Amino acid sequence: MNNSSLIESVTKRFPDGVSASHTYRGDATVVLQLDALLETARFLKEDPAMEMNFLVDVTAVDYSAFGKGSVPAFFSSSGVTVRPSPQIPDPDPWPGPPDKARFAVVYHFYSMAKKHRLRLQVPIEDETSPEVDSLTSLWPGANWLEREVWDMFGIVFRGHPDLKRILMYQEFEGHPLRKDYPVAKRQPLIGPLN
Amino acid sequence: MTTHTPGTTPKQPAGLTTREMMLNIGPAHPAMHGIVRLVTKLEGEEIKGAEVEIGYLHRGFEKMAETVDYNGVMPYTDRLNYVSPLINNMGYCMAMEKLLGIEVPERCHYIRVILSEVSRIGDHLTCVGATAMELGAFTVFLYMIKAREYLWDLVEKVTGARMTVSYCRVGGVKADLQDDFAELCVKAFMETRKVLDETHGLLTRNRIFTDRMNGTGVISAEEAISYGITGPFLRATGAEYDVRKDCPYAVYDRLPFDVPVGTRGDNMDRYLVRMEEMEQSMRIVEAALRDIPPGPVLTNPETGRPIPAAEMVDLAKVGNIDAISGGCAVAGPTLEGSSRAQYPSIAADQKQVFLPAKEDTYGNIEGLMQNFKLVMYGHGVRAPKGEVYFPVEGANGELGFYVVSDGGSGPYRLRCRPPCFAIMSALPTLLEGDMISDLIPTFGSVNMIGGELDR
Repeated sequence: MNNSSLIESVTKRFPDGVSASHTYRGDATVVLQLDALLETARFLKEDPAMEMNFLVDVTAVDYSAFGKGSVPAFFSSSGVTVRPSPQIPDPDPWPGPPDKARFAVVYHFYSMAKKHRLRLQVPIEDETSPEVDSLTSLWPGANWLEREVWDMFGIVFRGHPDLKRILMYQEFEGHPLRKDYPVAKRQPLIGPLN
Repeated sequence: MTTHTPGTTPKQPAGLTTREMMLNIGPAHPAMHGIVRLVTKLEGEEIKGAEVEIGYLHRGFEKMAETVDYNGVMPYTDRLNYVSPLINNMGYCMAMEKLLGIEVPERCHYIRVILSEVSRIGDHLTCVGATAMELGAFTVFLYMIKAREYLWDLVEKVTGARMTVSYCRVGGVKADLQDDFAELCVKAFMETRKVLDETHGLLTRNRIFTDRMNGTGVISAEEAISYGITGPFLRATGAEYDVRKDCPYAVYDRLPFDVPVGTRGDNMDRYLVRMEEMEQSMRIVEAALRDIPPGPVLTNPETGRPIPAAEMVDLAKVGNIDAISGGCAVAGPTLEGSSRAQYPSIAADQKQVFLPAKEDTYGNIEGLMQNFKLVMYGHGVRAPKGEVYFPVEGANGELGFYVVSDGGSGPYRLRCRPPCFAIMSALPTLLEGDMISDLIPTFGSVNMIGGELDR
């Protein structure tokens, strides 16, 4: 299936769940409502026309600093303001990040049989306690990927069997890939629990 | 040794009871390829369950990538899978090129493919060699490291470094292949083939080796896919998924190679798939070296010799532009192929993206400005707003880069999909029901690379 028919079949199946869709640089993206994720993922996995048996990746993006200038690196010493070079023009512009939502969870799917790829984007508007359904019931591989998203962004996956930190240590405070977590922040390493 | 089929409980003598025992392996254990902790539940010698704890090598790759400009990410990508850094370089660059919508010259694609495949051979050599060493075949390890050394010498000649290569640039590569690359490659492959033959002789029919590899760490194709496993590990189960074949990138669709697949999905199949993949990688490189579009002539036609970079800087300082305006510089002994003559064939013709040749940086004001506009803090490549995902076939499987740009000079968000993350998440399933001694070959065949797993 090509990108447009992929988007079309998902939109037709879930007219209420799909809030937007686009193709950018050959990547098909479907933006979903929060509650439509699990059903859409099941449809992608089990529908014979989609057959997307491979959950490639689960990640998230914190859009709270989008377009507000890059985070200064902690080793950048010059305080000189510079006028940056002009942006490289884009003949086929991207529709932009989701409005209002701070976080967006991004899923990449691939079908080994049909050889097509699809990206699902699930914007989460709740900033204080972001929550989304877990896909562990469909793909056991989602387990670790979701743990990493929880670790890095603090997004809770409902129905996850064992949601705990994976890359950081258990006593770590905060979620390092959030844009409000300073890159140079240090935390004391607390000794083992027992 | 008594035979014992996995999954069944061995017979207990009457009156004796066993109890579950917890055995902690790692984080620093000689048979662990890197720092990782396994907490196993044992009943006798049988593994009843395992818990894998990772993150000991977490360096915040994704967070650091947000603080630097697009080309500044390159050294960080070297340190993902540090055994085959050129594939990481290539994956990141191709993701960025997709976002920028630029096309690199054909010769550049070929160079990237050649060096990726050389790195892949090095990676597989390390994996197979280390696995064999842990099973007692130390000779194989030494032979394979010797072969890897020939390949890394090749890499060093081209990139100037053995492991932390930082060779690719967004829009091209740092330097062209040097003149005698093809000859050196033939020599290195001859040595590698010799080692592969010796390894086959030492291992493939070796009773001690096959007894430990056959039927251990078994996983079915469906289960492997549900865990997101890719690469040689998946292909050993019989699923034919190779990014190079299924979603061809660069010039892989023009090069002849086969995708070896296994049937049983056990450690032996993974070993055989890796051995065959090395042969196929050499086939790709040989075909690529035959088909690669010719590079430029290296010497300056007027003087007949390239100008050393230091001499060029001196000439530029005193304003003697005439003497260097048409010349080629020798940037350094390790980077013979980085002079201006090579540029049209190794880098995209995009002033806003690619650094100028050193001759231009030192020789004229336009080159100097172009260089500064790209390297100074706050300037750099300014990609349009957008998001892309680009997968390449890493040595362990699908290595994907997901880049989100907000129009700034560096990535707004950079996500690396590490291939061995998925395999490690399936490790408890792989180990369950096997004996504790089977943990060693199974873990070896995962080819865990801490830098990539923990980022």
